[in-house]
Amino acid sequence: MSGYSADTRIRWTEWLPWVAAGLFFFLMPEYLSLGARILIFILFALSLDLILGYAGIVTLGHSAFFGLGAYTAGILSARLGVNDAFLQLAAAAGMSALLGMLTGAVILRTRALTLLMLTLAITAILLEIANKWSTMTGGADGLSGVQVSPLLGLFKFDLFGRTAFLYCLIVLFAAWWVVRRIIYSPYGAMLTGIRDNAARMHAIGAPVYWRLVMIYTVSATMAGVAGALLTQVNQFVGLNVLGLEPSGDILVMLILGGVGRLYGAFVGPVVYIVVQDTLAKQYPEYWYFGIGVLLIFVVLFARGGILGIFDKLRDKWLSHSRPKSSARASAR
Amino acid sequence: MAFALQTEKLCKSFGALTVADHIDFRLEPGARHALIGPNGAGKTTFVNMLTGVLAPTSGSIFLNDQEVTNTSQAARVRLGLGRTFQITTLFRSLPVLDNVALAVAERTGVAKRMWRSASSCKDIVEESQNLLGVLGLADDAASAAQDLPYGKQRLLEIAVTLGLKPKVLLLDEPAAGVPSHDSGKVLQQLEKLSSDIAVLIIEHDMDLVFRFAQRITVLVQGQVLVEGTPSEIAGDKRVRDVYLGEAHV
Repeated sequence: MSGYSADTRIRWTEWLPWVAAGLFFFLMPEYLSLGARILIFILFALSLDLILGYAGIVTLGHSAFFGLGAYTAGILSARLGVNDAFLQLAAAAGMSALLGMLTGAVILRTRALTLLMLTLAITAILLEIANKWSTMTGGADGLSGVQVSPLLGLFKFDLFGRTAFLYCLIVLFAAWWVVRRIIYSPYGAMLTGIRDNAARMHAIGAPVYWRLVMIYTVSATMAGVAGALLTQVNQFVGLNVLGLEPSGDILVMLILGGVGRLYGAFVGPVVYIVVQDTLAKQYPEYWYFGIGVLLIFVVLFARGGILGIFDKLRDKWLSHSRPKSSARASAR
Repeated sequence: MAFALQTEKLCKSFGALTVADHIDFRLEPGARHALIGPNGAGKTTFVNMLTGVLAPTSGSIFLNDQEVTNTSQAARVRLGLGRTFQITTLFRSLPVLDNVALAVAERTGVAKRMWRSASSCKDIVEESQNLLGVLGLADDAASAAQDLPYGKQRLLEIAVTLGLKPKVLLLDEPAAGVPSHDSGKVLQQLEKLSSDIAVLIIEHDMDLVFRFAQRITVLVQGQVLVEGTPSEIAGDKRVRDVYLGEAHV
């Protein structure tokens, strides 16, 4: 969908997530905290899609940036008394960008399984630091006492999560806009080229390694912002933002929604968190079972994720209603 | 006189196996030069050293009199060295147009841009469409590269490389796998290439080689056996012995 022959105008379907979020805000006020959580994981998944879906970097360590962002915001408030929301976001973004650039510069020289293990190692190291450095991070007890001043001095984080929801929605909207610009840009087209055939990309003179480090840094920054949002909304940071588990969760969310489709990052977390929330009420210990079944189903029968099912149905409908050549042209 | 491409005593060994043995090779500007040799002669290894995929064990490589022995693949491309692959190496899932546009965008420096949309880069799109037109692929611009018939994929491979405006073009078996009635089409396109470009072609199709090349170098077991005009090569007894006997020339 990206590239030099893409139509970059915003289609009406692309407004649907925002309309849905607006409706959610007015119709389900008792679920706004859950809603904010979903928005945060959409942002996290979006950052992952940028490197996995477009650049083809497979990672099990994306929680390193999410967690660093979460702890940066938390430590700023609980230990240093900086309670301004935007300062916390900016600091989290900066720290994650730095980590993304430094680790990316080391690990993106490798590929495939080696790369996968190195990403996992980095988040595992961060998890251990957060666990052991308890004077700063609160260790296994987590970091409590996080405070966020009213936004712009006006909007307090209320008990029902109204401010939190809208705040997360605005940050997500900004991130979506940035990601959309990038994937439709020459840079985005170049990334799909690397994903499709890195050898060819080298042969047309692209400095593949530097390009990957760059997009990895951008993605890390966004993941860090998502982590900071989680801290601000929960007013707490736990060790569960680091390590294999959150990395795997976000990967599963993205695969459920559909990888490399931009909106797969929107659908996946909604399905995952709603299923998780519903099942956990019934079977508090076995909710992962439901997610597992869902994942198996998607991987076996819907390789493009949930959004891929819609694409297939649309293509089928088009090929029935039009001659083949024009159906192919419109499928682009 | 500056050579478009030159190697001096170029060697490559994998352990005890020597696949390039003191190769001295010169490609003149605008040349139509062919490199032939039996299977395992080290042709592809030679090309991989020229393009920077493999580092030579010893010896040096010059591109327009500039030493490039240790420069990266990308840097050599920027200095004007373009190559096609023996095994089709395209962006298979991307549209044909994008295959060429990615190359053009790299050459012009547009590829680094994150903030404008790719499809609004009219000059890139136009240049890519023109190139596709030159190679007779204009009607296929919108198809995915993997949906093209194989002969057209080989032409696209050339179009992608031409998008880099190379001064030296290395064609690694451009007609490999193309049905014989289509290899004429590939040759037709090759003959249309600008005379500013020095072309080195590695090819098994002797028909194509003898019609296209002005000079031929024969590589056997990593060594240059002989170099000369097509008629000299066809008349050379050693070449007949090692190679051409089996190719019915």
